[in-house]
Amino acid sequence: MPKRILSLFRNLFRKGAIEQELDEELRSSLEALMQEKMKQGLSQSVARREALIELGGIEQVKERVRAVHAGRFVEDLARDIRHSLRQLRRNPGFTAVAALTLALGIGGTTAIFSVVNGVLLKPLPYSQPGRLVEVGLDLPGINQFNWPLSPAEYFAFREQSRTFQDIGLYYTGFGGNLYSANVTGLGRPEHVPALGVTDGVLPILEVTPLFGRLFTRADDQPGSSDVVMITYGYWRSKFGGDRSVIGKTIDIDSKPSTIIGVLPQRFRFLDMTNLGILLPLRPRTQRGYNYFAVARLKPGVTPAEANADVARMIPIQLERFPEAAKFFKEARIVPNLQPLKQYVIGDVGKVLWILMGGIGLVLLIACANVANLLSVRVEGRQQELAIRAALGGSRGRIAGGLLIESLVLALIGGALGLLFAYGSLRVLIALAPSDLPRLSDIGIDRLVLLFTLGVTMVAGLLFGSMLPLRYAGVRAGTGLRETGRSVSASRERHRARSALVVIQVGLALVLLVSSGLMIRTFQALIQVQPGFTAPAEVETFHVHFPPEMIKNPERLVRMDQAILDNIEAIPGVSSADFSGAVPMDAGAESDPVLVKDHMLQGQLPPARRCFWVSPSFFRTMGISIVAGRDLTWNDILNKRPVALVSENLAREYWRNPSDALGKQIGGSPKDWRQIVGVVGNVHDDGISQKAPATVYWPITDADVFLGSPAFAIRSGRAGTQSLMNGVQRAVWSVDRDLPLYQVHTLDYYYSKSMARTSFTLAMLALAGGMALLLGIVGLYGVIAYSVSQRTHEIGIRMALGAQKRDVLKLVVSGGMSSTMIGVGVGVAGAVALTRFLSSLLYGVKPTDPLTFAVVSFVLTGIALLACYIPARRATKADPIVALRYE
Amino acid sequence: MEQKRTDLLRGTLDLLVLKALSLEPLHGVGISRRITQVTKGAFQVSFGSLFPALHRMEESGWVEAEWRSSDNNRRAKYYRLTSAGRAQLKAEERQWNQVVKIMAAAVQST
Repeated sequence: MPKRILSLFRNLFRKGAIEQELDEELRSSLEALMQEKMKQGLSQSVARREALIELGGIEQVKERVRAVHAGRFVEDLARDIRHSLRQLRRNPGFTAVAALTLALGIGGTTAIFSVVNGVLLKPLPYSQPGRLVEVGLDLPGINQFNWPLSPAEYFAFREQSRTFQDIGLYYTGFGGNLYSANVTGLGRPEHVPALGVTDGVLPILEVTPLFGRLFTRADDQPGSSDVVMITYGYWRSKFGGDRSVIGKTIDIDSKPSTIIGVLPQRFRFLDMTNLGILLPLRPRTQRGYNYFAVARLKPGVTPAEANADVARMIPIQLERFPEAAKFFKEARIVPNLQPLKQYVIGDVGKVLWILMGGIGLVLLIACANVANLLSVRVEGRQQELAIRAALGGSRGRIAGGLLIESLVLALIGGALGLLFAYGSLRVLIALAPSDLPRLSDIGIDRLVLLFTLGVTMVAGLLFGSMLPLRYAGVRAGTGLRETGRSVSASRERHRARSALVVIQVGLALVLLVSSGLMIRTFQALIQVQPGFTAPAEVETFHVHFPPEMIKNPERLVRMDQAILDNIEAIPGVSSADFSGAVPMDAGAESDPVLVKDHMLQGQLPPARRCFWVSPSFFRTMGISIVAGRDLTWNDILNKRPVALVSENLAREYWRNPSDALGKQIGGSPKDWRQIVGVVGNVHDDGISQKAPATVYWPITDADVFLGSPAFAIRSGRAGTQSLMNGVQRAVWSVDRDLPLYQVHTLDYYYSKSMARTSFTLAMLALAGGMALLLGIVGLYGVIAYSVSQRTHEIGIRMALGAQKRDVLKLVVSGGMSSTMIGVGVGVAGAVALTRFLSSLLYGVKPTDPLTFAVVSFVLTGIALLACYIPARRATKADPIVALRYE
Repeated sequence: MEQKRTDLLRGTLDLLVLKALSLEPLHGVGISRRITQVTKGAFQVSFGSLFPALHRMEESGWVEAEWRSSDNNRRAKYYRLTSAGRAQLKAEERQWNQVVKIMAAAVQST
């Protein structure tokens, strides 16, 4: 029998082998003919010619033989497909269950694959994206990585690089303080996300304007006239697609700027989706590591070569800025060039591949289920198969027919699955964490369709090939004889089905353990005190003052104070503040902080998280004051040299928080400040990260943050539109041209820091649920079927005096033994696989015994139920009826 | 009309091939020579018809192929009748004899 199936597979998939054999056959025939002719005394060349003539053209013969095979193949295939469709129509219940099971598996796999494809596989939408790199720096000396560049490096790399075709500098702002500008003069004042670029950036991405022109190097010169490019979306929404927009002037941060170009619709800068305006980047100084850089490599240059090239140029910098030599030496600057795609994607790949693996397991379970269903049904068709065998149907043909039937079923499931994927993809994108890059690239494209087709065929072959091996071999006699009166299910078949149950239970356990570990992670995360209290009651928003106003800090502080006064007058507001950043919004910077009584000679002070805050920041956020006092308006208005530090920073230097009071710290050796208070730790980097040692400076110390402060309001009405309406009025009564933006509650940032965990948790739990459902349905089906097959046997047992309990035990133990093996296999599999999860876990080990125990216990319990129900039905059988049933 | 003729010819070819193989397994050239021999040179089967016929009969399970060394130590593909092939040969012989009888009677009747 295996030989037959082999020949079928050879026919289907190994056309080459047939060709080769035919070729050999004809060659040997030609030789035989030549031999014959040479025996008659002809010379070799004449014999060869005559033999070729007699053979009648090798290619023509081959062609006719091929036609025999092909015709046969197509004929058989068409007949098998017609037959399969007839069979499937005849059993609508079976077909529906099998197709839906497959649709679930294939649809889920397709949906996740479209995410993997859109985020990880698809190239970036620029021409020759493989040559684009993000140029950054690593400073291992002070433990800083992925640093941006300063203008000085940009100029040096631009002029001296041997590997870059060109390099461009761009500015997006940082974290919660994204670059943006107030646009006035177009109706309501608006706060528009902006991007600063040097002249090289757009040509490096090979972007051409829809119309108008790009920036030139002249536009980058400080003091040249103010120009702006606008994106397609902004142009459509603000100018209604009016082509005469070029040359018009709009006020950007109160500076009249001329529109010089409109970008095409498909233009997207890295992963920025709602960009409105592009401005020329005009760095005012050479220093300041505030800018990112993108470069296009010369053709044929590898990233490693480019990296070496940048490493060569870094020391040149040293000579140009002797005053920074110490910093350079300490920081040990090295280049960090990443392919642009990798830079955009970040580290999300791991999560997505884990989800892909998870959903793949669900598909396997679905396949095992369908294989079980099919095997039961084919068993019911033994008579038909035996008749076909008796009538001369070769076993290969019958096996092929069953395989075709499986494939047809798989294709139906695949088509349904595709519909399911279309639907679920929307939900998936809506659920996706906000840090999932390239969301807009996710969709069902040609590669996804190809993938679905491939998965469908593989699935069909997978569950289909289990059948022919077992059933095509029905011997004509046995099949016919057995049909009328069945003996208890043959041991071999039962064992095969039990093996499928073992696989299903095992795979389901792996998935359930994975989701269990994620649940434990989530639990551990929400147990962590973030450092602030009741974040859902804190409303935050940003206000952006045009740069001119920053030149007058006193006026800004007065305006901020006026806004605060107005806000505090709103009913239900208990306190309000403004600061440079909101905890967890990624807006706070890390800067070196000197400590007077812990100065180390010749060593850079470590970088500390720095917040610039107003009084009542701690009260509004709910950050506890551990020692000393809060900041006061007196400190702010009189510019007193004070600061507060976090408890962990205080303990690091002085053991006891209260010992930190009165100590001197500073951003530079000329600017010392006295610590007046120590406050609780805040997990600013996200709940799963350690709380960074933090310094809180008075907000008046930082012009930049004073210019775009984040306001925070503690109120029971946080998150409501009515509160924000009141806030809007409060701000506008101070200045009508100030738009509010990034309006979020503190809880938003808090949840966002766990977004990836909750997304992974939700997806794995979904996969685990599907696996559990399918696995249990499979187990139930097998037990129920074996009970129905054993009615006769059970009847005899009961007639011979077996008690219900014995029968119950008999049936349940059959199912439970497969389950227990499955659990064992699953535990082993999970131990091997969960370590891939470890980077996503928090506060729980990948081999957490509790999770393993609970999942195994629950799974076993549910399996017991799935066995018990059919077993109970078996005991209810009346022995007389059971015996007569046949 | 044309169609019927080829069917008849194909049937004849199948019968001749099965007959040729009924004594011993042969390779393609051997079958051709055997047919020429048993029909006393009246039938010269072209290889362009013989090989497709052999492959068709192999697919139908009437003959089985096997690679073997021929008399002069060369590898050749030998065809052997299967039991299904023997049954087919018997059926075709019976059918052919009937056709001959009927045709003979029909021709003599006038």
